[in-house]
Amino acid sequence: MSTVGGERVVVLAGGLSHERDVSVRSGRRVAEALRDAGVDVTVLDVDGALLPLLAADPPSVVVPLLHGASGEDGALRDVLGLLGLPYVGSRPAACRVAFDKPAASTVAGAAGLATPLSVALPQTTFRELGAGAVMTALLDTLGLPLMVKPARGGSSLGAAVVRTAAELPPAMVNCFSYGDTAVVERFVVGTEVAVSIVDTDGGLMALPGVEIVPDGGFYDYSARYTAGATEFFSPARLPADAIVACAEAALTAHRALGLAHLSRTDLIVDADGRPWFLEVNVAPGMTETSLFPQSVAAAGLDFGTVWRALVQRAMPATG
Amino acid sequence: MDSPSSGAGPEGANDESRPPRGSRLDPFLSAYAARARSMTASEIRALFSVASRPEVVSLAGGMPYVSALALDSIGESFGALISQRGAESLQYGSGQGHVELRDQIAGLLMPLVGVHAHPDDVVVTVGSQQALDLVTRILCDPGDIVVAEAPSYVGALSVFAAYEVLVEHVAMDDEGLVPEALRERFAALAAAGRQPKFVYTVPSFHNPAGVTQGPARRAEILALCQEFGVPVLEDDPYGLLGFDGVVPRALRADDHDGVLYLGSFSKTFAPGLRVGWVVAPHGVREKLVLAAEASVLCPSSFAQLAVSSYLTTQPWFDQVKVFREVYRERRDALLDAMAAMLPEGTTWTVPGGGFYSWVTLPEGIDATAMLPRAVTSRVAYVPGTAFYAGHAKVLGRRSLRLSYCYPEPERIREGVRRLAAVIEEELDVLATFGPATTAGDSGTPSDVPGPATA
Repeated sequence: MSTVGGERVVVLAGGLSHERDVSVRSGRRVAEALRDAGVDVTVLDVDGALLPLLAADPPSVVVPLLHGASGEDGALRDVLGLLGLPYVGSRPAACRVAFDKPAASTVAGAAGLATPLSVALPQTTFRELGAGAVMTALLDTLGLPLMVKPARGGSSLGAAVVRTAAELPPAMVNCFSYGDTAVVERFVVGTEVAVSIVDTDGGLMALPGVEIVPDGGFYDYSARYTAGATEFFSPARLPADAIVACAEAALTAHRALGLAHLSRTDLIVDADGRPWFLEVNVAPGMTETSLFPQSVAAAGLDFGTVWRALVQRAMPATG
Repeated sequence: MDSPSSGAGPEGANDESRPPRGSRLDPFLSAYAARARSMTASEIRALFSVASRPEVVSLAGGMPYVSALALDSIGESFGALISQRGAESLQYGSGQGHVELRDQIAGLLMPLVGVHAHPDDVVVTVGSQQALDLVTRILCDPGDIVVAEAPSYVGALSVFAAYEVLVEHVAMDDEGLVPEALRERFAALAAAGRQPKFVYTVPSFHNPAGVTQGPARRAEILALCQEFGVPVLEDDPYGLLGFDGVVPRALRADDHDGVLYLGSFSKTFAPGLRVGWVVAPHGVREKLVLAAEASVLCPSSFAQLAVSSYLTTQPWFDQVKVFREVYRERRDALLDAMAAMLPEGTTWTVPGGGFYSWVTLPEGIDATAMLPRAVTSRVAYVPGTAFYAGHAKVLGRRSLRLSYCYPEPERIREGVRRLAAVIEEELDVLATFGPATTAGDSGTPSDVPGPATA
């Protein structure tokens, strides 16, 4: 075999979630980078053919790059564990908590991070108690502006900023189209920063944070995946102590949630320089416009080298 | 060109002497034309990514059922094209198209729709999509107005957007374009000092509406266009696919001077070959040939001869009859399933041919907002907003297009069963929150599935 270390990697990308397209792009990008780094890579979708393929020819390591449910909620990783296949990324129990935004927020809050005041409500609550009364309570308690987003899921699909009371019902309807439970949280005004974490031989390392400035003011799907629609600054244009606070917040979230190998934490830094924890991603996007690869570049590192190191960390220790 | 800030170390962040410069990840950003501004990533388009998975019943795409073709014998005739006519089929050809195929289009195809055409009136194009592009290129300047049906074929709307043409949608009923509405629009435009460049219409088995203009309706529309001096661009890819075996008479059959006719082999033979054509008066034809040469030099010689050989050596009209039967059975499966399962308040068109039915949802439901829920339930459709241009997109919010050309009848029934449940769930949300009509913007031109979507 012509590969450098003889690793045979299966990248899992695609799946059936709303983020299938993003996952396919992430998978392609990581596969290319690993191949350039000398690793033998096969990209597979998650379907009925997958398990027989993995069983017939087990790879050294699996790289799950599935976004959305099953890829990030730990279910698929449980199955990989059953097959005895090593994989890059967090273990199932940690994924289950991290993928559930309200649960992750509770853990982050308990670990001392600032989290926006929020509630998570299933659709049935609105139906049983009357949507008008519940929304009035939300507005009275949380105030405006608000952030509405599905409790599970990424790429800001189904998410919206609500600036007036009239915008709340359509934002709820849109959100419930993506999932049964919605998170409604106080919108923190400030600088949006994403901090990626990688596990290295020297321990956990916070890569330079990326400041996100979308042209339209909201980092929605189009702003995320249209090259040029968002301006990124890495390092973020923040005072040095705020930059350090962001890195520490992401490390705290990664540790408190018991994550492994890599993660990305999304934060808002308020006018006082205080980072607010919004959410954490156990399978951060790896596309051409995604934040994790930008952090890697900002750190002066090579994407393929970083990924190859992650693959090697996932391999069982020998001897 | 844009330079990423990756070189700046941690110290750089506090260097007040130079303002930090961000990265936009696209070094060509300042180079794009204004018309590329609307070419953005689309949340809706991304959702179609799951339509290719077998778990999903896709009623979204427009892929013809090419598996019904006699692939073995077609393969033999294609092989002979290389072994016996390779020097010709692998060579450049005429910009107007190969004369052998133009002969067959004029002699075999056009008489079926009642059009008398000479081979010299025909320009072969890379699918009729290129014909749309070339016609718009030679007829329209930025800011010009084109009149189209409401709703209209999304591929045409994409071409009009690319040439920065404004689209005026005119209402349809069960027989297509409504003459009174067309007259009103012509008059209103004339009063504003504007003359439309042409009326774009799919008169037979409309995509996406599924309706067909009857003979009287066609005469009324032609008379109106003649009265106001507006040419017609007649797009007729489905004309041979009428389920009762009757081929509607083309508009061009009754107006040689005012109608440009677009034909296609994509639905009657093979979309992968990309062969379509235009029948046009000589002045237009000359400009189309020059525009085609600027665009692609010439259409594929191999693809043209492949079609020509298919028409010569294969029972191609029998195959059209097979397609009619396949699609009729699927249309019936769709209509029966909708009648049995879709909730009260949902209405749909009954196509007499072609690939599509246009469904209107109960008042208050937004088909675009509902799509993620449908994808979760493993069924896909195209939201109605895709078939309207610009600010008119809001007109399509309550509608969606269902295609029955690709899935087997049993899968169609399963898809409608899932869709019915999705609509019921959406009605439940609607009852809770009220109509969500103000959600989001009105969409982008990229809110449509790609051509290879099942």
